[in-house]
Amino acid sequence: MSEIKKHDTPMVDQLKSGPWPSFVDDIYSYGEKHKKQCAFDLMGQLELSYKHKETHWKHGGIVGVFGYGGGVIGRYSDQQEKFPSIWAFHTIRVHHPAGKWYHTAALRKLCDMWDHRGSGFVNFHGSTGDMVLLGTTTEQLEPVFFDLTHQFHWDLGGSGSNLRSPACCMGKSRCEWALFDTQEIDYELTMHFQDELHRPAFPYKFKFKFSGCPLDCVAAIARADLSFIGTWIDEIQIDQEAVKAYVNGELKPNAGAFSDRDWGPFDIKKEVIDLCPTKCMHWDEKEQKLYINNKDCVRCMHCIAVMPKALKPGKDRGVSILIGAKSVILEGAQLSTLLIPFMRLEPPYDDVKELVYKIWDYWMEVGKNRERVGELIQRIGLNRFIVDVMGMKPIPQHVRIPRNDPYIFWREEEVPGGWKRDIKEFRKRHPA
Amino acid sequence: MADEKVIEKLKELWTKYEEIDGKFDEEMDPVFKEPYYPGVAEKLFNPDKPMENRITDIGPPYFRQFLPPIIKKNYGKWVSHEIIQPGVLKYESETGDVIYVVRCGTPRLETTDYIREICDIADKYCDGYVRWTTRNNIEFHVDSEEKLKALIEDLKNRKHPNGSYKFPIGGTGASVSNIVHTQGWIHCHTPAIDASGVVKSIMDELFEYFGSHKLPAKTRLALACCLNMCGAVHCSDIAIVGIHRKPPMVEDDRIQHVCEIPLAIAACPLGAIKPATVEIDGQKKKTVRVNAERCMFCGNCYTMCPAMPIADGEGDGIAIVVGGKVTNRISPPKFSRVVIPFIPNEPPRWPTAVKWIKHILEVYSQHANKYERVGDWIERIGWEKFFELTDIPFTEKSIDDYRLAYTTYRTSTHFKFTKHIEIK
Repeated sequence: MSEIKKHDTPMVDQLKSGPWPSFVDDIYSYGEKHKKQCAFDLMGQLELSYKHKETHWKHGGIVGVFGYGGGVIGRYSDQQEKFPSIWAFHTIRVHHPAGKWYHTAALRKLCDMWDHRGSGFVNFHGSTGDMVLLGTTTEQLEPVFFDLTHQFHWDLGGSGSNLRSPACCMGKSRCEWALFDTQEIDYELTMHFQDELHRPAFPYKFKFKFSGCPLDCVAAIARADLSFIGTWIDEIQIDQEAVKAYVNGELKPNAGAFSDRDWGPFDIKKEVIDLCPTKCMHWDEKEQKLYINNKDCVRCMHCIAVMPKALKPGKDRGVSILIGAKSVILEGAQLSTLLIPFMRLEPPYDDVKELVYKIWDYWMEVGKNRERVGELIQRIGLNRFIVDVMGMKPIPQHVRIPRNDPYIFWREEEVPGGWKRDIKEFRKRHPA
Repeated sequence: MADEKVIEKLKELWTKYEEIDGKFDEEMDPVFKEPYYPGVAEKLFNPDKPMENRITDIGPPYFRQFLPPIIKKNYGKWVSHEIIQPGVLKYESETGDVIYVVRCGTPRLETTDYIREICDIADKYCDGYVRWTTRNNIEFHVDSEEKLKALIEDLKNRKHPNGSYKFPIGGTGASVSNIVHTQGWIHCHTPAIDASGVVKSIMDELFEYFGSHKLPAKTRLALACCLNMCGAVHCSDIAIVGIHRKPPMVEDDRIQHVCEIPLAIAACPLGAIKPATVEIDGQKKKTVRVNAERCMFCGNCYTMCPAMPIADGEGDGIAIVVGGKVTNRISPPKFSRVVIPFIPNEPPRWPTAVKWIKHILEVYSQHANKYERVGDWIERIGWEKFFELTDIPFTEKSIDDYRLAYTTYRTSTHFKFTKHIEIK
């Protein structure tokens, strides 16, 4: 092995101090231990970026594995003479298991593979959810893929204009508020849509995210083209004895989330009743009893989160499905829009698959290059999307407020006699 | 083992996988019991026959094989949880089972040796099982208070050579949890700012808020190193986004060879890019011209076309956005809003950005009610009050002029008298 070449990195070195875990210490320690030049070159290039205040990675680079259109992102240094060991430093997205649980047997083996085939640097995890292996050469891409599939039975994630790796919260594995099996549907849809995940045929990216309840721990409503958020249709379950225990200070509000500050004794009126967005709750001081008008409840989870041992979501559970979230590029950020208020889910989720195909068929036909489905809905109008594309009945739940202008695109068939009129007949009644 | 033997063994394991369609549940896929064989891929992959031995479309491993037995047993049966101290949770199941969870921050960008250390800890205390959260925290699970004590003690003592904690405990309840962030200069080709360095600088300064529950509500920070926003900046309590301030340059001699010019033109949301022809060394070349007056520096053209570089050391920097959230709790989800339009890049520690973020957090902490997220607090007191309390100078840059800008104007006489109103 040739001699390791180290670079002076005085600015980067300043990130070794302080209490938060230092990635610089980690990378340098790794480089020293494994005698890996890329650790020193990567830090050297970062130092140069700190000096120039600009990135030193070239634009893109089309690389991949045979038969797939995603999962690998090409990356080349623009300082290849200074930092030869990172001249090609491609990213590989490895599809995370639903809920991000692992066993060390799999993780250790992955580490061994990545030490051998790549830089040894990773992201756990990328923003979409994949494990990200940072930094290898083009020649290593097929061997990495063959290693992953043959020695791990593990596949790449999505990138480019295709279905991205779906993501979900920990769901039923550890959360009492999981209103549907987020991990199971994540896995089922991931497997069902493997072709769409690996072979880009879409106008742009498409994301599924599954959150077990309206607290939305995977940011489905902000980040997914199709957002699945658990909800219920019946009544919040109340344990009146436990409510009293909160009121009497025997149980810690919000499971102890406010423990390091003196907010005074728990006040159910101030902290629960008055903060309910629809004011659908009542605490009867005399009876020491909590009443909820469930018909007015919008299931925001606040009361349940404040008194988790006393209140539980209802028993008749399903999902709300929302569509079209994305960040600012291009037409501005969008949150997902309510499409289906309530759907009960049953494996193998055929009704969800049918819904997905319906959306994709239309988007693939009329979507412009790099137009997310949320932007397409803006372009054609939510009303047309709901009625003409989805064939659904429009309901007040689809909007926050009705339109304020009467500029309605009436359809010809809605108007008696249609749009063909005779100007001569008109002038007989109304001389010019 | 000879490579041929290994390949035979792997084929056996693949047959096993196929028999149950990869749905390993009670037992983990035995393929993980095999060591990593470094030389086998070269034997299996034949560049002349790329489809030979190729396995595709198998997805990730079935998640249930990685669930600890106690988690599998109580799947869907958990009844309640309690945060017994910052970063430490206790879950109770209807079966009577109890599990303790210790949550630790990570830098997200890490080495295989760091992952191996996580494995050492998981093997020692958690029978080899470990989980990551959506905010890049790790969670270790133990089933007794004794193990919990030993685990916490162990985690506290693990430090990097220069003293930073490897596994700081926290990120629960009314804390600042780990910062969701992007690649920055370490590995991205379109960033306006670094990511890992900025995050390290912020978290060093906010460290006490990661491991405590003293804020009015949970506070979610995020960082995106450009407007592509791979981090969920647009719906975070306090967030950083990298922005450009100089229009793209056009490489006339290169553009027609490396870009599809119509795509570059279509990439501009404001129609600021027009086709053009230039003469270089007597040769006509197709290129584009940018109407700088119309450019809002989104960088989408550079994403589509490498011959239109936009990054610039002096032009680029940080915008700070506040008041967004994802949860439906109490109020609907909302977007973050731009309050500081520009702070220059100041590597390696970004002191100005760090100072403002800490300041905004502490003003919020001082004034907000219990349960009030940053955005809910600001909506209650009014944005004019927010600018007054934080002393952030209000500029025209915080007045929207893009799509739907009108919905952000004040169309009422409801306002508060703050220092901003000058009365003659």
